[in-house]
Amino acid sequence: MSYRNDPYDPKEATLLDPASLDAAVTAAEKAFAAAERADELAAARVAHLGDRAPVLLARREIGSLPPAAKSDAGKRVNAARTAIQAAYDARHAAIEAAERQRVLDEETVDVTLPVDRAPLGARHPLPVLIERICDLFVSMGYEVVDGPEAESSWFNFDALNIGPDNPVRGEMDTFYTSTPGLVLRTHTSPGQVRTMLDRTPPIAIICPGRVYRTDELDATHTPVFHQVEGLVVAEGITMAHLRGTLDHFARSVFGPDARTRFRPHYFPFTEPSAEYDIWFPEHRDGPQWVEWGGCGMVNPRVLTACGIDPQRYSGFAFGMGIDRSLMFRYGVSDMHDIVEGDVRFSRAYGMEV
Amino acid sequence: MLVPLSWLREAVEIPDELAPAEVGEAFTTLGVEVEQITDLAASVRGPLVVGTVLDIEELTGFKKPIRYCQVDVGAANGTGEPQSIVCGARNFAVGDLVVVILPGGVLPGEFTIGARKTYGKLSAGMICSARELGLGDDHDGIIVLPADTAAAPGDDARPVVGLDEVVFDLSVTPDRGYQLSVRGLARELARALDVPYRDPADRPATAGSAQASAGRRILVEDAAGCDRFSARLVTGIDPAAPSPQWMVRRLAHAGIRSISLPVDITNYVMVELGQPMHAFDAATLTGDLVVRRARAAERLTTIDHVDRELSTEDLVICDDTGVISLAAVMGGATTEVGDATTDVLFEAAHWDPASISRTARRHRLLSEASKRFERAVDPAITLAALQRAVDLLVEYGGGTAGAEVVDVDQVVPPETVLLSASLPGRVVGVDYPLPRVVELVEAVGARVAVDGETLAVTPPTWRPDLVDPVDVVEEVVRLDGYEKVPSVLPPVVAGNGLTGAQRRRRSVARALAEAGYVEVLSYPFVSPESLDALGLPDDDPRRLAVRLANPISEREPLLRTTLLPTLLATLRRNLARGQRDVALFESGLVFRPAADTPTEVPALPVDRRPTDAELAAALAVVPRQPYRVAAVVTGEVQRAGWWGEGRVADWTDALAAARLVAATAGVTLTVRADRHAPWHPGRCAELSVDGVVVGHAGELHPEVCQALELPRGTAAMELELSALPAREPVPAPSISTYPPALIDVALLVDDAVPAADVQDALVGGAGELLESIRLFDVFRGDQLGAGRKSLAYKLTFRAGDRTLTAEEAVTARDAAVAEATRRVGAALRGA
Repeated sequence: MSYRNDPYDPKEATLLDPASLDAAVTAAEKAFAAAERADELAAARVAHLGDRAPVLLARREIGSLPPAAKSDAGKRVNAARTAIQAAYDARHAAIEAAERQRVLDEETVDVTLPVDRAPLGARHPLPVLIERICDLFVSMGYEVVDGPEAESSWFNFDALNIGPDNPVRGEMDTFYTSTPGLVLRTHTSPGQVRTMLDRTPPIAIICPGRVYRTDELDATHTPVFHQVEGLVVAEGITMAHLRGTLDHFARSVFGPDARTRFRPHYFPFTEPSAEYDIWFPEHRDGPQWVEWGGCGMVNPRVLTACGIDPQRYSGFAFGMGIDRSLMFRYGVSDMHDIVEGDVRFSRAYGMEV
Repeated sequence: MLVPLSWLREAVEIPDELAPAEVGEAFTTLGVEVEQITDLAASVRGPLVVGTVLDIEELTGFKKPIRYCQVDVGAANGTGEPQSIVCGARNFAVGDLVVVILPGGVLPGEFTIGARKTYGKLSAGMICSARELGLGDDHDGIIVLPADTAAAPGDDARPVVGLDEVVFDLSVTPDRGYQLSVRGLARELARALDVPYRDPADRPATAGSAQASAGRRILVEDAAGCDRFSARLVTGIDPAAPSPQWMVRRLAHAGIRSISLPVDITNYVMVELGQPMHAFDAATLTGDLVVRRARAAERLTTIDHVDRELSTEDLVICDDTGVISLAAVMGGATTEVGDATTDVLFEAAHWDPASISRTARRHRLLSEASKRFERAVDPAITLAALQRAVDLLVEYGGGTAGAEVVDVDQVVPPETVLLSASLPGRVVGVDYPLPRVVELVEAVGARVAVDGETLAVTPPTWRPDLVDPVDVVEEVVRLDGYEKVPSVLPPVVAGNGLTGAQRRRRSVARALAEAGYVEVLSYPFVSPESLDALGLPDDDPRRLAVRLANPISEREPLLRTTLLPTLLATLRRNLARGQRDVALFESGLVFRPAADTPTEVPALPVDRRPTDAELAAALAVVPRQPYRVAAVVTGEVQRAGWWGEGRVADWTDALAAARLVAATAGVTLTVRADRHAPWHPGRCAELSVDGVVVGHAGELHPEVCQALELPRGTAAMELELSALPAREPVPAPSISTYPPALIDVALLVDDAVPAADVQDALVGGAGELLESIRLFDVFRGDQLGAGRKSLAYKLTFRAGDRTLTAEEAVTARDAAVAEATRRVGAALRGA
């Protein structure tokens, strides 16, 4: 390549002078350092690394040197150019980093601002608690059985050994309907009756659901409440199995130190019958017994009415009130909160209990 | 049942060192629930003393007469000087013995007594009424002690008024009627504490006979209803003789008001022995007494002065004038013991529990007597009860006991229960040795005969509840101690987990909650007016509801046929409490009776499994109870905020909620416009699956919103979840990795053409290359012409085995548009 039209006079090879090259490097470094923005740096790059930059002009002068001096001069020029390029690269990287940082800084937001565009919904804690209890028993091999809430009185009473004149029937505060033989179930036990009528043992079921008693709503009573009742019928089932089952339940829900206590009681559908209390070590008011529900060995009369041979099979049954459990376990002090449907109540629990 | 400790002590030797709480524990382990233990001595604290009224100064000029009294309280006030006390009562005179609480004392209810200026005088203490001491409801005046009271001024008044007592409030289970007496409770307590027992019914009694006379003959015509009737006359008592103080106090502690000596005696014997009794004024009886069922249209005015029409099931006692007593439930007014009664006929009988239960309920007369009879009374103690009553009356009322005792005794002895000696062990899971079983059963009072492996158990007369072998088993485990039942997990049963329907209900609830809806539970009781408010037509099937015979509120006697009325009421309640943006959902059963529900149900057996036909007949009255889910929403579903505008709920949110439920359930809804209350007629969608209508969604009718005081535009949806078909197993999708061809089309159609129809046509015409379709714009404008609209769709075409050419995609697009043209007259816009 020749520079025929170049006005440059190669005889004056002053640019190859070491001092000149040093000056060129210093000037370039100064210019790059002075560049604040990418465009300024680009302009400086043209001035110090472009075709007309002193080092590039110096390189051209090499040809005019005597051969013996060429090698030395070439090394000097290269060193100078490399130094300038390095200065440029460093400055370029710094400006780019600063630029990226500036963009990020400009994009900074106040992350503490509220972001609740779509409000959250919530489950009601009561059905969630029922689901939890059902899950526990499902894990023990039980199946979950649902049944109607308006129920034939034979299923709600007679089949459960609650005859028409049994004083218990008078104490159950039953909702009757204008249809003879149709009541609102007072417990979920009719679901057990339906299962025993349809299936042969072994049976292990849990019946959750709404039940009804004619209590006026107040802080601790409600005419509509929820139960979970369990039933196991098989060969060789004993009261010890009942206790073992409830102990396991208590430990699962109330911790490894929980246990149960049986107190003799009367239910027409079980004999022997018991009420059971749960020892709750983490009670707010200190460790204590808490009344939890009723239980017992299925009365052979119930098995007979449901077509199961009481000579061959025995069974146990237990029940628990879920509304009370919720009140006690989670410190709900007023039944109104459970039944009134104020969104603030369910929202407090979210999706789980 | 309320029972004082001192009364129990008469029959059982409770160790003195045993605290009341420990006695309570013993009751608890026996299955007698302890509601409360009240130590009356602790109920009044500080100085409560006997005083003698020395002087009364009547203060006038106040709203009511007031007395300024000087009362001698001995040295109890520290000075021995008379105590000055202002008193508002007037039922006492100078010289009377009264009960005084001195300053520093505390009455029940934490009412501290001090010295204070009142009515212009300094009153230092208070003269007490029975109610103020927590001894009953008597507040007619202050307590005036009988003149012969063995107490001097300044003595502690607690023993004098019965405040040295501990009262147990016990809850007895309905099968154990024998525990409704001192006799029965003491027997149990003796067993639990292992201390001696003395049966209060075990006393010498004059024998009776059916032929004997109690001044008249007694004829029992209904032995099934009354298997024992005993009676004895006492003549010539002092009508003015008061009940002794100890009896009045004990009855008060047992929660029974003192009435007159003969009546108090019957109540006292009832609490002590468990035998309810009746006292007739013998002078008012005419002719023989007959025990029978009432006849149709017979009437009786009972002692509560209510004239009652009797049922032919009611057991009654009659004389020549007709019915004089509703047996075992309540006596009649004409033969009631009164102020002038000198001759008393005591009756102690045993009645059929079922008959008494029905009579008591029919007449809403749940008396202490009926409560005991329906729970079973010992039929063997009528003579002991009569003897006790007669002795008490003669002792405190004077008079002469009749020589003869009538005793019509047709009691059938209890049946022997046969059970295998191993049964208790098999039921409970505890290895009881035979001698232990026998010991425990005999402790109940039963006789046991052992024949090899078989026990023949003859229950005591007071335990008619022991009928089945397992009844005996319960006594074994109860008396051995429930705490000894071991804890053993049963063998594992192989279960099938939750059903698809159960999992679906959970998923749906969760999905709605995550979509912003808050779950609520409302009562299913609704009023007919609430259905009117929804604007339901008169013949709407949702008006056919189950009606409660005894609703909590007479205004809401119906069971819900739709979830909306109560859910909207809950929405309203939230708005009333200051919420503005509310989204709620509820899931649960609704009650849909058939129009032809039978009005009679057959009685089903319990001694065998009913036949399927019998069960079907019983279940014919049970209404269909589908499981539904409903959601309602008002206000902002997307909030306004620093980010900008919010979005107010409208009909689309109701549709979205319904589609969300369906998608969660794994089914696709077909949507079409419908007119259906309570929705806006132009903004109501009918939702169906495979041609079956499963629900509705949209904006509520403005008039419904107005009637329910809800904001206009409130949206709602209701779906019958149990009507959705079970989700089919999903075939695995084939995921094509070839690039899609994206084509937008805008179609011009008549405004009335539903978008769903246009989309169906496009999908139908596009063929299998169409991967997805999405409506992204709806546009109306003058340039389109009136009554026209433009619907813009994004079509995504893709093949599973190759990259589509532009020609293939356009051909498919053209086929789709052609089908839309054919079905709904769509024209390609810009074509």
